[in-house]
Amino acid sequence: MNGHAANRRAPFLKIYAALVFIFIYLPVVVLVLYSFNRDGVGGFPPRHLTLDWYRRLFADASIWDAVVNSLMVAAGSVALSLTLGLLAALALDRANFHGKALFRRLVLLPLILPGIITGLSLLMFAVFAGAQLSLFTVFLGHGTALISVATTEIFAGLQKMDRAQEEASLDLGATPWQTFWRISLPNLKLSLIAAALLIFTLSMDEIAVTFFLIGRDNTLPLEIWGRLRRGITPEINAVSTLIFALSVGLIVIWYRMRASALGAEAQEFLERP
Amino acid sequence: MYSRAYKMLVSLPPLLWVGLFLLLPYALMFAHSFWAVRDGVIVHDWNLHNYATLFSKPVYVEVLLRTMRIAASVTLSSLLLGYPLAYYLSFHAGARKELLYQLVIVPLWVSYLVRGYAWKTILGGEGVLNGFLQYLHLTHEPVAFLLYSPFAVVLVLTHIYTPFVFLPIYAALEHIPRPLVEASQDLGAGSLQTFLRVILPLSIPGLLAGATFAFVLSLGDFLAPLLVGGASGTMIANVVQSLFGAAFDWPLGAAISVGILILTISLLFLSERLEKRWSFK
Repeated sequence: MNGHAANRRAPFLKIYAALVFIFIYLPVVVLVLYSFNRDGVGGFPPRHLTLDWYRRLFADASIWDAVVNSLMVAAGSVALSLTLGLLAALALDRANFHGKALFRRLVLLPLILPGIITGLSLLMFAVFAGAQLSLFTVFLGHGTALISVATTEIFAGLQKMDRAQEEASLDLGATPWQTFWRISLPNLKLSLIAAALLIFTLSMDEIAVTFFLIGRDNTLPLEIWGRLRRGITPEINAVSTLIFALSVGLIVIWYRMRASALGAEAQEFLERP
Repeated sequence: MYSRAYKMLVSLPPLLWVGLFLLLPYALMFAHSFWAVRDGVIVHDWNLHNYATLFSKPVYVEVLLRTMRIAASVTLSSLLLGYPLAYYLSFHAGARKELLYQLVIVPLWVSYLVRGYAWKTILGGEGVLNGFLQYLHLTHEPVAFLLYSPFAVVLVLTHIYTPFVFLPIYAALEHIPRPLVEASQDLGAGSLQTFLRVILPLSIPGLLAGATFAFVLSLGDFLAPLLVGGASGTMIANVVQSLFGAAFDWPLGAAISVGILILTISLLFLSERLEKRWSFK
Protein backbone atom coordinates (compact mmCIF):
# COMPACT_ATOMS: atom_id res chain seq x y z
CA MET A 1 0.00 0.00 0.00
CA ASN A 2 0.95 3.58 -0.54
CA GLY A 3 1.28 3.89 3.21
CA HIS A 4 4.45 5.97 3.27
CA ALA A 5 2.96 8.76 1.21
CA ALA A 6 -0.11 8.72 3.45
CA ASN A 7 1.96 8.73 6.62
CA ARG A 8 4.03 11.67 5.48
CA ARG A 9 0.93 13.77 5.15
CA ALA A 10 -0.45 12.77 8.53
CA PRO A 11 1.25 15.04 11.11
CA PHE A 12 -1.84 17.20 11.54
CA LEU A 13 -3.99 14.13 11.92
CA LYS A 14 -1.57 12.80 14.51
CA ILE A 15 -1.68 16.01 16.53
CA TYR A 16 -5.48 16.05 16.26
CA ALA A 17 -5.69 12.45 17.49
CA ALA A 18 -3.40 13.31 20.41
CA LEU A 19 -5.67 16.23 21.32
CA VAL A 20 -8.73 13.98 21.26
CA PHE A 21 -6.92 11.59 23.60
CA ILE A 22 -6.14 14.49 25.94
CA PHE A 23 -9.81 15.48 25.90
CA ILE A 24 -10.87 11.91 26.70
CA TYR A 25 -8.38 11.53 29.55
CA LEU A 26 -8.37 15.04 31.02
CA PRO A 27 -11.23 14.46 33.48
CA VAL A 28 -9.79 11.14 34.64
CA VAL A 29 -6.38 12.68 35.27
CA VAL A 30 -7.86 15.66 37.10
CA LEU A 31 -10.02 13.36 39.17
CA VAL A 32 -7.13 11.17 40.30
CA LEU A 33 -4.74 14.09 40.86
CA TYR A 34 -7.12 16.05 43.07
CA SER A 35 -7.93 13.02 45.19
CA PHE A 36 -4.45 13.61 46.67
CA ASN A 37 -4.83 17.38 47.01
CA ARG A 38 -4.98 18.65 50.60
CA ASP A 39 -6.74 21.92 49.73
CA GLY A 40 -9.76 20.32 48.15
CA VAL A 41 -11.09 20.16 44.61
CA GLY A 42 -10.16 23.10 42.39
CA GLY A 43 -7.44 25.68 42.18
CA PHE A 44 -4.22 25.22 40.29
CA PRO A 45 -1.73 23.68 40.61
CA PRO A 46 -2.63 20.95 43.09
CA ARG A 47 -0.17 21.09 46.00
CA HIS A 48 0.37 19.54 49.42
CA LEU A 49 -0.17 15.95 48.41
CA THR A 50 -1.95 13.93 51.07
CA LEU A 51 -3.73 10.64 51.66
CA ASP A 52 -6.14 12.27 54.09
CA TRP A 53 -9.13 11.97 51.76
CA TYR A 54 -8.57 8.25 51.45
CA ARG A 55 -8.30 7.97 55.23
CA ARG A 56 -11.53 9.88 55.60
CA LEU A 57 -13.14 7.69 52.97
CA PHE A 58 -12.23 4.50 54.81
CA ALA A 59 -13.73 5.89 57.99
CA ASP A 60 -16.96 6.92 56.24
CA ALA A 61 -19.60 4.38 57.20
CA SER A 62 -22.38 5.55 54.88
CA ILE A 63 -20.14 5.19 51.80
CA TRP A 64 -19.29 1.62 52.78
CA ASP A 65 -22.94 0.79 53.44
CA ALA A 66 -23.66 2.07 49.92
CA VAL A 67 -20.79 -0.02 48.50
CA VAL A 68 -22.18 -3.15 50.16
CA ASN A 69 -25.68 -2.34 48.84
CA SER A 70 -24.31 -1.86 45.33
CA LEU A 71 -22.35 -5.09 45.48
CA MET A 72 -25.45 -7.02 46.60
CA VAL A 73 -27.61 -5.50 43.87
CA ALA A 74 -24.91 -6.13 41.23
CA ALA A 75 -24.35 -9.75 42.30
CA GLY A 76 -28.10 -10.41 42.32
CA SER A 77 -28.52 -8.75 38.92
CA VAL A 78 -25.75 -10.88 37.44
CA ALA A 79 -27.47 -14.05 38.69
CA LEU A 80 -30.93 -13.00 37.51
CA SER A 81 -30.07 -11.58 34.11
CA LEU A 82 -27.53 -14.27 33.31
CA THR A 83 -30.06 -17.04 34.00
CA LEU A 84 -32.87 -15.42 32.03
CA GLY A 85 -30.50 -14.17 29.33
CA LEU A 86 -29.10 -17.67 28.82
CA LEU A 87 -32.61 -19.10 28.47
CA ALA A 88 -33.68 -16.25 26.18
CA ALA A 89 -30.62 -16.73 23.99
CA LEU A 90 -31.27 -20.48 23.78
CA ALA A 91 -34.90 -19.78 22.92
CA LEU A 92 -33.96 -17.30 20.19
CA ASP A 93 -31.35 -19.69 18.81
CA ARG A 94 -33.32 -22.95 18.94
CA ALA A 95 -37.05 -22.55 19.42
CA ASN A 96 -39.71 -21.14 17.12
CA PHE A 97 -42.72 -19.48 18.63
CA HIS A 98 -45.27 -16.82 17.82
CA GLY A 99 -43.99 -13.30 18.41
CA LYS A 100 -40.32 -14.31 18.41
CA ALA A 101 -39.29 -11.15 16.53
CA LEU A 102 -41.29 -9.02 18.94
CA PHE A 103 -39.75 -10.83 21.90
CA ARG A 104 -36.24 -10.15 20.60
CA ARG A 105 -36.95 -6.43 20.21
CA LEU A 106 -38.67 -6.20 23.58
CA VAL A 107 -35.72 -7.78 25.40
CA LEU A 108 -33.35 -5.27 23.78
CA LEU A 109 -35.50 -2.19 24.50
CA PRO A 110 -33.86 -1.27 27.85
CA LEU A 111 -30.51 -1.16 26.06
CA ILE A 112 -31.77 1.27 23.44
CA LEU A 113 -34.26 3.44 25.32
CA PRO A 114 -33.18 6.28 27.61
CA GLY A 115 -32.84 4.96 31.17
CA ILE A 116 -35.47 7.38 32.45
CA ILE A 117 -38.21 5.69 30.40
CA THR A 118 -37.39 2.19 31.63
CA GLY A 119 -36.96 3.53 35.18
CA LEU A 120 -40.31 5.31 35.22
CA SER A 121 -42.14 2.38 33.63
CA LEU A 122 -40.80 0.10 36.34
CA LEU A 123 -41.75 2.67 38.98
CA MET A 124 -45.34 2.69 37.70
CA PHE A 125 -45.33 -1.08 37.73
CA ALA A 126 -44.07 -1.16 41.34
CA VAL A 127 -46.81 1.27 42.39
CA PHE A 128 -49.38 -0.72 40.40
CA ALA A 129 -48.26 -3.95 42.10
CA GLY A 130 -48.26 -2.24 45.49
CA ALA A 131 -44.56 -3.00 46.07
CA GLN A 132 -42.50 -1.01 48.56
CA LEU A 133 -39.48 0.66 46.90
CA SER A 134 -36.25 -0.83 48.24
CA LEU A 135 -32.98 -2.41 47.17
CA PHE A 136 -35.10 -5.36 46.07
CA THR A 137 -36.99 -3.28 43.48
CA VAL A 138 -33.63 -1.87 42.32
CA PHE A 139 -32.34 -5.42 41.93
CA LEU A 140 -35.44 -6.44 39.94
CA GLY A 141 -35.03 -3.36 37.74
CA HIS A 142 -31.33 -3.92 37.05
CA GLY A 143 -31.75 -7.66 36.60
CA THR A 144 -34.59 -7.18 34.11
CA ALA A 145 -33.03 -4.30 32.14
CA LEU A 146 -29.70 -6.13 31.84
CA ILE A 147 -31.24 -9.32 30.39
CA SER A 148 -30.63 -7.39 27.15
CA VAL A 149 -26.87 -7.46 27.66
CA ALA A 150 -26.79 -11.13 28.68
CA THR A 151 -28.97 -12.20 25.75
CA THR A 152 -26.87 -10.31 23.18
CA GLU A 153 -23.56 -11.69 24.47
CA ILE A 154 -24.74 -15.29 24.89
CA PHE A 155 -26.66 -15.34 21.61
CA ALA A 156 -23.45 -14.28 19.82
CA GLY A 157 -21.64 -17.15 21.58
CA LEU A 158 -24.33 -19.65 20.53
CA GLN A 159 -24.08 -18.56 16.91
CA LYS A 160 -20.38 -19.37 16.91
CA MET A 161 -20.85 -22.73 18.67
CA ASP A 162 -20.40 -25.99 16.83
CA ARG A 163 -23.68 -27.92 17.14
CA ALA A 164 -22.09 -31.19 16.05
CA GLN A 165 -20.74 -31.68 19.58
CA GLU A 166 -24.22 -31.48 21.09
CA GLU A 167 -25.60 -33.83 18.45
CA ALA A 168 -22.81 -36.33 19.09
CA SER A 169 -23.45 -36.18 22.82
CA LEU A 170 -27.17 -36.85 22.36
CA ASP A 171 -26.49 -39.63 19.82
CA LEU A 172 -24.12 -41.31 22.24
CA GLY A 173 -26.89 -41.57 24.79
CA ALA A 174 -26.38 -38.57 27.06
CA THR A 175 -29.61 -36.99 28.30
CA PRO A 176 -30.41 -33.42 27.18
CA TRP A 177 -29.69 -32.35 30.75
CA GLN A 178 -26.20 -33.94 30.74
CA THR A 179 -25.54 -32.49 27.29
CA PHE A 180 -26.46 -29.04 28.54
CA TRP A 181 -24.12 -29.21 31.55
CA ARG A 182 -21.23 -31.00 29.88
CA ILE A 183 -21.27 -29.58 26.34
CA SER A 184 -23.36 -26.41 25.96
CA LEU A 185 -22.34 -24.59 29.14
CA PRO A 186 -18.56 -25.20 28.89
CA ASN A 187 -18.68 -24.02 25.28
CA LEU A 188 -20.40 -20.82 26.36
CA LYS A 189 -17.95 -20.13 29.18
CA LEU A 190 -16.33 -17.07 27.60
CA SER A 191 -19.63 -15.45 26.62
CA LEU A 192 -21.02 -16.08 30.10
CA ILE A 193 -17.99 -14.53 31.82
CA ALA A 194 -18.01 -11.56 29.44
CA ALA A 195 -21.71 -11.01 30.06
CA ALA A 196 -21.28 -11.35 33.84
CA LEU A 197 -18.46 -8.78 33.95
CA LEU A 198 -20.40 -6.36 31.79
CA ILE A 199 -23.61 -6.73 33.80
CA PHE A 200 -21.73 -6.36 37.07
CA THR A 201 -20.04 -3.13 35.96
CA LEU A 202 -23.19 -1.69 34.42
CA SER A 203 -25.21 -2.45 37.55
CA MET A 204 -22.54 -0.95 39.85
CA ASP A 205 -22.67 2.25 37.79
CA GLU A 206 -26.40 2.39 36.98
CA ILE A 207 -28.16 5.55 38.02
CA ALA A 208 -31.08 6.42 35.68
CA VAL A 209 -33.19 3.36 36.54
CA THR A 210 -31.99 3.22 40.16
CA PHE A 211 -32.99 6.86 40.64
CA PHE A 212 -36.70 5.98 40.41
CA LEU A 213 -36.69 2.59 42.14
CA ILE A 214 -34.59 3.33 45.20
CA GLY A 215 -36.11 3.24 48.67
CA ARG A 216 -34.30 4.29 51.86
CA ASP A 217 -30.96 2.55 51.27
CA ASN A 218 -28.61 4.10 48.74
CA THR A 219 -26.47 2.40 46.13
CA LEU A 220 -22.99 3.86 45.69
CA PRO A 221 -23.80 6.04 42.64
CA LEU A 222 -26.86 7.45 44.41
CA GLU A 223 -24.86 8.08 47.60
CA ILE A 224 -22.32 10.01 45.50
CA TRP A 225 -25.15 11.79 43.71
CA GLY A 226 -26.68 12.88 47.02
CA ARG A 227 -23.32 14.26 48.19
CA LEU A 228 -22.76 16.13 44.94
CA ARG A 229 -25.89 18.12 45.56
CA ARG A 230 -24.53 19.17 48.94
CA GLY A 231 -21.15 20.27 47.55
CA ILE A 232 -17.99 18.60 46.37
CA THR A 233 -15.10 17.18 48.39
CA PRO A 234 -11.99 15.22 47.33
CA GLU A 235 -13.50 12.26 49.20
CA ILE A 236 -15.66 11.74 46.10
CA ASN A 237 -12.50 11.94 43.97
CA ALA A 238 -10.94 9.30 46.21
CA VAL A 239 -13.86 6.87 45.92
CA SER A 240 -14.09 7.50 42.15
CA THR A 241 -10.36 6.83 41.77
CA LEU A 242 -10.79 3.50 43.57
CA ILE A 243 -13.76 2.56 41.36
CA PHE A 244 -11.72 3.47 38.28
CA ALA A 245 -8.75 1.36 39.45
CA LEU A 246 -11.11 -1.55 40.13
CA SER A 247 -12.71 -1.29 36.67
CA VAL A 248 -9.32 -1.20 34.97
CA GLY A 249 -8.30 -4.21 37.06
CA LEU A 250 -11.40 -6.09 35.87
CA ILE A 251 -10.65 -5.27 32.23
CA VAL A 252 -7.06 -6.50 32.59
CA ILE A 253 -8.25 -9.76 34.17
CA TRP A 254 -10.76 -10.18 31.37
CA TYR A 255 -8.15 -9.69 28.64
CA ARG A 256 -5.76 -12.09 30.33
CA MET A 257 -8.52 -14.68 30.56
CA ARG A 258 -9.57 -14.22 26.96
CA ALA A 259 -5.98 -14.33 25.77
CA SER A 260 -5.29 -17.58 27.64
CA ALA A 261 -8.54 -19.14 26.42
CA LEU A 262 -7.71 -18.17 22.84
CA GLY A 263 -4.19 -19.49 23.41
CA ALA A 264 -5.58 -22.84 24.57
CA GLU A 265 -7.85 -23.00 21.53
CA ALA A 266 -4.95 -22.28 19.22
CA GLN A 267 -2.87 -24.97 20.95
CA GLU A 268 -5.65 -27.48 20.52
CA PHE A 269 -5.97 -26.56 16.87
CA LEU A 270 -2.23 -27.03 16.26
CA GLU A 271 -2.14 -30.38 18.05
CA ARG A 272 -4.96 -31.77 15.94
CA PRO A 273 -3.72 -34.60 13.72
CA MET B 1 -32.78 -32.10 17.32
CA TYR B 2 -34.19 -30.31 20.39
CA SER B 3 -37.30 -31.80 21.94
CA ARG B 4 -40.53 -29.92 22.51
CA ALA B 5 -39.99 -30.02 26.25
CA TYR B 6 -36.52 -28.50 25.88
CA LYS B 7 -37.88 -25.68 23.74
CA MET B 8 -40.69 -24.98 26.20
CA LEU B 9 -38.27 -25.05 29.11
CA VAL B 10 -35.94 -22.48 27.57
CA SER B 11 -38.57 -20.14 26.12
CA LEU B 12 -41.27 -20.05 28.76
CA PRO B 13 -39.41 -18.47 31.74
CA PRO B 14 -37.88 -15.55 29.79
CA LEU B 15 -41.15 -14.97 27.92
CA LEU B 16 -43.15 -14.79 31.13
CA TRP B 17 -40.55 -12.67 32.90
CA VAL B 18 -40.16 -10.20 30.06
CA GLY B 19 -43.93 -10.03 29.62
CA LEU B 20 -44.47 -9.28 33.30
CA PHE B 21 -41.50 -7.04 34.06
CA LEU B 22 -40.97 -5.23 30.74
CA LEU B 23 -44.03 -5.38 28.52
CA LEU B 24 -46.48 -4.65 31.32
CA PRO B 25 -44.47 -1.67 32.70
CA TYR B 26 -44.09 -0.13 29.23
CA ALA B 27 -47.81 -0.70 28.63
CA LEU B 28 -48.57 1.00 31.95
CA MET B 29 -46.54 4.00 30.81
CA PHE B 30 -48.61 4.10 27.64
CA ALA B 31 -51.88 3.79 29.57
CA HIS B 32 -50.93 6.55 32.03
CA SER B 33 -50.43 8.95 29.14
CA PHE B 34 -54.20 8.76 28.48
CA TRP B 35 -55.25 9.20 32.11
CA ALA B 36 -55.69 12.32 34.21
CA VAL B 37 -54.98 13.73 37.67
CA ARG B 38 -57.89 15.05 39.66
CA ASP B 39 -57.50 16.42 43.20
CA GLY B 40 -54.06 14.87 43.48
CA VAL B 41 -55.25 11.40 42.47
CA ILE B 42 -54.66 9.63 39.16
CA VAL B 43 -58.02 8.71 37.62
CA HIS B 44 -58.46 6.20 34.78
CA ASP B 45 -60.42 8.62 32.65
CA TRP B 46 -59.25 7.95 29.08
CA ASN B 47 -58.53 11.14 27.14
CA LEU B 48 -56.08 12.86 24.81
CA HIS B 49 -55.72 15.93 26.96
CA ASN B 50 -52.06 15.27 27.90
CA TYR B 51 -51.00 15.12 24.29
CA ALA B 52 -52.91 18.32 23.53
CA THR B 53 -51.12 20.06 26.43
CA LEU B 54 -47.81 18.82 25.12
CA PHE B 55 -48.26 20.51 21.77
CA SER B 56 -50.11 23.62 22.90
CA LYS B 57 -47.93 24.79 25.80
CA PRO B 58 -44.93 26.69 24.38
CA VAL B 59 -42.78 25.68 27.39
CA TYR B 60 -42.73 22.03 26.37
CA VAL B 61 -42.13 22.74 22.69
CA GLU B 62 -39.33 25.12 23.64
CA VAL B 63 -37.59 22.62 25.92
CA LEU B 64 -37.99 19.90 23.33
CA LEU B 65 -36.39 22.10 20.67
CA ARG B 66 -33.54 22.97 23.02
CA THR B 67 -33.07 19.27 23.77
CA MET B 68 -32.86 18.48 20.06
CA ARG B 69 -30.36 21.31 19.58
CA ILE B 70 -28.19 20.01 22.43
CA ALA B 71 -28.43 16.43 21.12
CA ALA B 72 -27.52 17.60 17.60
CA SER B 73 -24.51 19.56 18.94
CA VAL B 74 -23.37 16.53 20.93
CA THR B 75 -23.72 14.31 17.86
CA LEU B 76 -21.78 16.71 15.66
CA SER B 77 -19.01 17.28 18.21
CA SER B 78 -18.62 13.55 18.91
CA LEU B 79 -18.38 12.88 15.18
CA LEU B 80 -15.80 15.65 14.74
CA LEU B 81 -13.71 14.12 17.52
CA GLY B 82 -14.45 10.44 16.95
CA TYR B 83 -14.16 10.17 13.17
CA PRO B 84 -10.63 11.60 12.73
CA LEU B 85 -9.48 9.54 15.72
CA ALA B 86 -10.90 6.35 14.20
CA TYR B 87 -9.39 7.26 10.82
CA TYR B 88 -5.99 7.89 12.37
CA LEU B 89 -6.06 4.59 14.25
CA SER B 90 -7.24 2.57 11.30
CA PHE B 91 -4.94 4.00 8.62
CA HIS B 92 -1.94 5.64 10.30
CA ALA B 93 -1.33 4.19 13.76
CA GLY B 94 0.74 1.23 12.58
CA ALA B 95 1.93 -1.11 15.32
CA ARG B 96 0.43 0.95 18.14
CA LYS B 97 -3.09 0.44 16.78
CA GLU B 98 -4.16 -2.22 19.28
CA LEU B 99 -2.86 -0.32 22.30
CA LEU B 100 -4.45 2.96 21.22
CA TYR B 101 -7.73 1.17 20.60
CA GLN B 102 -7.71 -0.16 24.16
CA LEU B 103 -6.94 3.35 25.39
CA VAL B 104 -10.13 4.63 23.78
CA ILE B 105 -12.15 1.83 25.38
CA VAL B 106 -10.88 2.16 28.97
CA PRO B 107 -12.71 5.43 29.80
CA LEU B 108 -15.96 3.69 28.82
CA TRP B 109 -15.58 1.80 32.07
CA VAL B 110 -15.34 4.96 34.12
CA SER B 111 -18.66 5.68 35.72
CA TYR B 112 -20.90 8.17 33.92
CA LEU B 113 -21.51 10.00 37.16
CA VAL B 114 -17.81 10.20 37.96
CA ARG B 115 -17.03 11.73 34.57
CA GLY B 116 -19.81 14.28 34.90
CA TYR B 117 -18.53 15.09 38.36
CA ALA B 118 -14.95 15.45 37.10
CA TRP B 119 -16.10 18.04 34.55
CA LYS B 120 -17.91 19.89 37.28
CA THR B 121 -14.67 20.19 39.25
CA ILE B 122 -12.89 21.39 36.11
CA LEU B 123 -15.42 23.99 34.96
CA GLY B 124 -16.62 25.45 38.27
CA GLY B 125 -16.02 29.04 39.48
CA GLU B 126 -13.47 27.71 41.98
CA GLY B 127 -12.58 24.93 39.59
CA VAL B 128 -9.42 23.60 38.04
CA LEU B 129 -9.73 25.48 34.75
CA ASN B 130 -10.33 28.83 36.45
CA GLY B 131 -7.43 28.11 38.78
CA PHE B 132 -5.27 27.34 35.77
CA LEU B 133 -6.27 30.52 33.92
CA GLN B 134 -5.52 32.65 36.98
CA TYR B 135 -2.25 30.83 37.56
CA LEU B 136 -1.21 31.88 34.05
CA HIS B 137 -2.52 35.40 34.76
CA LEU B 138 -4.82 35.17 31.76
CA THR B 139 -7.79 36.10 33.90
CA HIS B 140 -8.04 37.69 37.32
CA GLU B 141 -11.55 36.69 38.21
CA PRO B 142 -13.29 33.35 37.78
CA VAL B 143 -14.96 32.90 34.40
CA ALA B 144 -18.51 32.04 35.38
CA PHE B 145 -20.22 31.04 32.16
CA LEU B 146 -18.38 27.70 31.89
CA LEU B 147 -20.53 25.76 34.31
CA TYR B 148 -24.36 25.67 34.45
CA SER B 149 -25.00 26.31 30.78
CA PRO B 150 -26.08 24.34 27.69
CA PHE B 151 -22.39 24.52 26.70
CA ALA B 152 -21.41 22.51 29.78
CA VAL B 153 -24.11 19.90 29.01
CA VAL B 154 -22.85 19.55 25.43
CA LEU B 155 -19.27 19.25 26.65
CA VAL B 156 -20.03 16.53 29.22
CA LEU B 157 -22.25 14.52 26.87
CA THR B 158 -19.69 14.84 24.06
CA HIS B 159 -17.04 13.52 26.40
CA ILE B 160 -19.24 10.57 27.32
CA TYR B 161 -20.38 9.66 23.80
CA THR B 162 -17.18 10.22 21.77
CA PRO B 163 -15.89 6.67 22.48
CA PHE B 164 -19.35 5.27 21.60
CA VAL B 165 -19.27 7.13 18.28
CA PHE B 166 -15.68 6.08 17.69
CA LEU B 167 -16.40 2.34 18.00
CA PRO B 168 -18.76 1.72 15.03
CA ILE B 169 -16.80 4.13 12.81
CA TYR B 170 -13.56 2.34 13.62
CA ALA B 171 -15.20 -1.03 12.93
CA ALA B 172 -16.47 0.25 9.55
CA LEU B 173 -13.04 1.66 8.61
CA GLU B 174 -11.35 -1.60 9.58
CA HIS B 175 -13.70 -3.48 7.25
CA ILE B 176 -12.77 -1.45 4.18
CA PRO B 177 -10.75 -3.76 1.92
CA ARG B 178 -7.30 -2.17 1.67
CA PRO B 179 -6.90 -3.08 -2.03
CA LEU B 180 -9.72 -0.63 -2.79
CA VAL B 181 -7.71 2.17 -1.21
CA GLU B 182 -4.57 1.10 -3.04
CA ALA B 183 -6.42 0.90 -6.34
CA SER B 184 -7.71 4.41 -5.87
CA GLN B 185 -4.21 5.70 -5.20
CA ASP B 186 -2.66 3.71 -8.02
CA LEU B 187 -5.19 5.16 -10.40
CA GLY B 188 -3.96 8.62 -9.51
CA ALA B 189 -6.38 9.85 -6.87
CA GLY B 190 -4.84 12.04 -4.18
CA SER B 191 -5.26 11.34 -0.47
CA LEU B 192 -8.18 13.72 -0.16
CA GLN B 193 -9.90 12.33 -3.24
CA THR B 194 -9.38 8.76 -2.01
CA PHE B 195 -10.85 9.71 1.33
CA LEU B 196 -13.86 11.52 -0.09
CA ARG B 197 -14.72 9.02 -2.82
CA VAL B 198 -13.69 5.67 -1.36
CA ILE B 199 -13.19 5.72 2.40
CA LEU B 200 -15.92 8.13 3.49
CA PRO B 201 -18.77 6.51 1.50
CA LEU B 202 -17.76 3.06 2.75
CA SER B 203 -17.71 4.23 6.36
CA ILE B 204 -21.19 5.80 6.24
CA PRO B 205 -22.98 2.87 7.95
CA GLY B 206 -20.60 3.11 10.93
CA LEU B 207 -20.94 6.87 10.97
CA LEU B 208 -24.74 6.61 10.97
CA ALA B 209 -24.73 4.04 13.77
CA GLY B 210 -22.47 6.23 15.91
CA ALA B 211 -24.44 9.40 15.21
CA THR B 212 -27.77 7.72 16.02
CA PHE B 213 -26.35 6.39 19.24
CA ALA B 214 -25.06 9.79 20.39
CA PHE B 215 -28.27 11.58 19.40
CA VAL B 216 -30.69 9.10 20.95
CA LEU B 217 -28.77 8.75 24.21
CA SER B 218 -28.36 12.53 24.59
CA LEU B 219 -32.04 13.05 23.84
CA GLY B 220 -33.17 11.17 26.94
CA ASP B 221 -30.43 12.27 29.32
CA PHE B 222 -31.46 13.93 32.56
CA LEU B 223 -28.33 13.57 34.70
CA ALA B 224 -25.87 15.80 32.83
CA PRO B 225 -28.32 18.74 32.86
CA LEU B 226 -28.90 18.27 36.61
CA LEU B 227 -25.17 18.09 37.23
CA VAL B 228 -23.80 20.87 35.03
CA GLY B 229 -26.74 22.36 33.08
CA GLY B 230 -28.30 24.84 35.48
CA ALA B 231 -31.66 26.42 34.61
CA SER B 232 -30.66 27.29 31.03
CA GLY B 233 -29.51 23.73 30.34
CA THR B 234 -32.75 21.97 31.29
CA MET B 235 -33.70 19.17 28.90
CA ILE B 236 -36.94 17.32 28.16
CA ALA B 237 -36.14 14.39 30.45
CA ASN B 238 -35.76 16.86 33.34
CA VAL B 239 -39.31 18.04 32.67
CA VAL B 240 -40.49 14.42 32.82
CA GLN B 241 -38.57 13.87 36.02
CA SER B 242 -40.13 16.91 37.71
CA LEU B 243 -43.61 15.90 36.54
CA PHE B 244 -43.08 12.56 38.24
CA GLY B 245 -41.63 14.23 41.31
CA ALA B 246 -42.69 17.50 42.88
CA ALA B 247 -45.20 18.51 40.18
CA PHE B 248 -47.05 15.17 40.51
CA ASP B 249 -48.58 14.91 37.08
CA TRP B 250 -47.71 11.35 36.07
CA PRO B 251 -50.09 11.27 33.09
CA LEU B 252 -48.49 14.34 31.47
CA GLY B 253 -45.02 12.99 32.29
CA ALA B 254 -46.02 9.67 30.73
CA ALA B 255 -47.26 11.44 27.58
CA ILE B 256 -43.89 13.20 27.18
CA SER B 257 -42.10 9.89 27.80
CA VAL B 258 -44.20 8.23 25.11
CA GLY B 259 -43.20 11.12 22.82
CA ILE B 260 -39.49 10.53 23.56
CA LEU B 261 -40.01 6.79 23.07
CA ILE B 262 -41.67 7.26 19.66
CA LEU B 263 -38.98 9.72 18.58
CA THR B 264 -36.22 7.32 19.68
CA ILE B 265 -37.71 4.29 17.96
CA SER B 266 -38.40 6.20 14.71
CA LEU B 267 -34.82 7.48 14.64
CA LEU B 268 -33.43 3.98 15.19
CA PHE B 269 -35.69 2.61 12.48
CA LEU B 270 -34.69 5.35 10.05
CA SER B 271 -31.01 4.89 10.78
CA GLU B 272 -31.29 1.12 10.29
CA ARG B 273 -32.89 1.73 6.89
CA LEU B 274 -30.22 4.22 5.86
CA GLU B 275 -27.40 1.95 7.06
CA LYS B 276 -28.75 -0.84 4.86
CA ARG B 277 -28.90 1.47 1.87
CA TRP B 278 -25.32 2.58 2.33
CA SER B 279 -23.89 -0.74 3.25
CA PHE B 280 -21.21 -2.20 1.07
CA LYS B 281 -22.02 -4.98 -1.48
